[in-house]
Amino acid sequence: MTSPLAPRRLSVSRRALLGGMAGSVLLRVGLSSAQAQSADPAADPDAVIRIGSLYEPQNLDNAAGAGQGVSEAFNDNVYEGLFRLTDAGSVEPVLAESHEVSEDGLTHLFTLRPGVRFHSGGALTSADVKHSIERVTAEASRSSRKRSLSTIAAIETPDELTVKITLSRRSISLPYNLSYVWIVNHEAKDLTSTADGTGPYRLADWRRGSALALDLFADYWGERPANGGAVFHYFTEAAALDNALLTDAVDLVSSVQSPDALAQFEGDPRFTIAEGLSTTKQLLAWNDRIAPFDDVRVRSALAKAVDKDRLRQAIWGDRGIVLGSFTPPTDPWFVDLTAVNAHDPEGARALLAEAGHAEGLRFTIDTPNYDPHPITAEFLKAEYAKVGVTVDINLITANEWYTKIYQQKNFQATLQEHVNHRDIVFYGDPDFYWGYDDPEVIRLIADAEASATEEEQTEKLRQANILIAEGAATNWFYLNPQIVVSKVGVSGYPVNGLNAQFFLRGVAKA
Amino acid sequence: MTRYLLRRSFVLALSLIAAGLALFVLLRLLPGDPAAALLGVGATEAQIAAARAQIGSDLPIPAQFARFMTDLARFDLGESFVTQAPVLPEIGRRLQVTLPLTLAAFLLAILVATPLGILAALWAGDWRGTLLSGFSQLGLAVPVFWIGILLVWVLAVNLRLLPASGFPMRGWEDPAGSFRALILPVLTIALVMSASLMRYVRSAALDVLGSDYLRNARALGASLPEAIRRHALRNGALPVISVLGIELATTLLGAVVVERVFALPGLGSMLLLAIQQRDYPSVQGVLLVSTLMVLLIGFAADVLQRLIDPRLRERGRRPGE
Repeated sequence: MTSPLAPRRLSVSRRALLGGMAGSVLLRVGLSSAQAQSADPAADPDAVIRIGSLYEPQNLDNAAGAGQGVSEAFNDNVYEGLFRLTDAGSVEPVLAESHEVSEDGLTHLFTLRPGVRFHSGGALTSADVKHSIERVTAEASRSSRKRSLSTIAAIETPDELTVKITLSRRSISLPYNLSYVWIVNHEAKDLTSTADGTGPYRLADWRRGSALALDLFADYWGERPANGGAVFHYFTEAAALDNALLTDAVDLVSSVQSPDALAQFEGDPRFTIAEGLSTTKQLLAWNDRIAPFDDVRVRSALAKAVDKDRLRQAIWGDRGIVLGSFTPPTDPWFVDLTAVNAHDPEGARALLAEAGHAEGLRFTIDTPNYDPHPITAEFLKAEYAKVGVTVDINLITANEWYTKIYQQKNFQATLQEHVNHRDIVFYGDPDFYWGYDDPEVIRLIADAEASATEEEQTEKLRQANILIAEGAATNWFYLNPQIVVSKVGVSGYPVNGLNAQFFLRGVAKA
Repeated sequence: MTRYLLRRSFVLALSLIAAGLALFVLLRLLPGDPAAALLGVGATEAQIAAARAQIGSDLPIPAQFARFMTDLARFDLGESFVTQAPVLPEIGRRLQVTLPLTLAAFLLAILVATPLGILAALWAGDWRGTLLSGFSQLGLAVPVFWIGILLVWVLAVNLRLLPASGFPMRGWEDPAGSFRALILPVLTIALVMSASLMRYVRSAALDVLGSDYLRNARALGASLPEAIRRHALRNGALPVISVLGIELATTLLGAVVVERVFALPGLGSMLLLAIQQRDYPSVQGVLLVSTLMVLLIGFAADVLQRLIDPRLRERGRRPGE
């Protein structure tokens, strides 16, 4: 099968690995809003930013299952890494001043930035870095990055400011994966309820079920933030969170999840709505191991049967973007593939007939019982009916999904949202729940990780990306918008919120 | 009376042990692996096994129970699977929100419902009585969360008189802020609670008003207010007190909904979150503490009834006591 479109080449700078990757990767809406604006000259440098959030950390340690809330509050604010994943999706050095890679790609030498202090007063040394990485890869670690850092064979500390990491095989994503690793003071005790990092903010107070306060760290090595501190106020009910913004109890809401909630802020001159690019991909996964979904013609036909743009509009109105494959625009290997298997009910019928299903097809969609999946399932049922396909909808809880689908792989098709950044690698694992098994894709994804340069990695993953789209591996619908609503006069906040991060240092309040 | 108190305390202790046992068993019967739930999608088997060992869910159930009971005897409710912080102090912090909320709403409801209920009984059959009963029916029919949302919309979002939600970061160290934060939630609960209490007061009052002893008191020359004060209140209070006990207990547990609507860091929101996260020690701790409180409320209501009603005391008394 040939691709109906010529994949566009994207410009990725040579320095992409060590920062400054061109944000030109189609941040259509992302960079146009708050982040790109320079701080308001009328801003008060001592203003405390009050953030409303639905994601209270479960504890304060991201290696102890603290959840996404702790990434939001702490990443790059309280804790810094050797590298940082920027809001535009590139990786740049923070505590690593330099990074040298040996010819075989197995030895990585990092030189630490000198003069960096922890909040408790001690100086940053290579021992802290070693400890911090080993904390994440340890037996008892509950970090989501444990597996991706498993290529690390040894960490040595030749001197105070040098860290030598030896890998068991090449891993071009090492700096990216290290951006998830907080550098913590190796002497710190009980990081589940206290914090000791090198970031511009210190943990001032945490009241469970209520709020978490950060104040400025006077001895920070870098530039002083544009504000005087921050308080995260936590809510369990989205409506209560919106009311807090309406009644001036918070300055901004870090992530609005419900399209309906936006109506009360739209057209109100007191608020600014910023729309960025999330990494939350809404999709219908086939069980590619079993008939009829092991036939690319069936998968393509079912993809052509769905008007994705109408679905996106039904859920999000004017917001969000339609997806042609699994990668969002913030992944470096993004290619616009929406023309592959575009909406074409006639073509769908023809393909189904060709695959021997002229008289129709019937299957069950396992549907998580929370929004937006049940509505999406009804929409799909109507779309498929138009091409002679009958769908049964089976509502299941999140727990059932985990057991029945993720673990037992006992399903025909399932709706799901995938939130991770750079997760095309799932198509390189034939044992993943959807069981896509294309040897060429598997090879490309494995080779990409062993690439010598970022360009090579990007090129390989871009090819894999095109292949999965042409193979209709999954039916990808749309990317959720990432929405931040703030009071007018609040600026400089991140709009994409990649990896749930919320960089505070640039936020200014008039 | 002392003997009664001793006997009643013994029953209280037995009930608490039975409740603990039931809780432990019920929680273990739930499907799903807390360790897997903690780690979420993408965890390796090794990670899950490590988590199981850490939280003790790899032990056989009897061993888990033995551990649970010995800890309980030392007033140790364990550590949260999720936050890894001890459960008891956290419950203490949450009670600083839930107890004032519940008690204030309860007192307000009694203050509103008692006179209104008596008036409704006195006016029974005339339009004022019908109007009052209508209001109380309405209050019963409307769900509590909806009243909360309505109050927030009017008093907080539009009139800006009170905070819409939340509790001050410093808690009661900021008394004015804490007080303001609790006004709307208290009003919400009190409105619903007084609607149902009013019905009980009204029917108790109707019983008493139609009783022979009241008629006799009137016949002996007492005015209606005097007869009510001297004879009716005490007698009418008996059925109301047992209902009050149940109402208070229900409110304490029902605070879940109100705490959620108003984003209050109380016991109810702790329980809800703990259930979602399959955080057994926290669920267990909250349920044990709330069971204890419900049992204590029942205990207090029984004792109070006995103090008010000499007949109960007589009946329980044995010769020589």
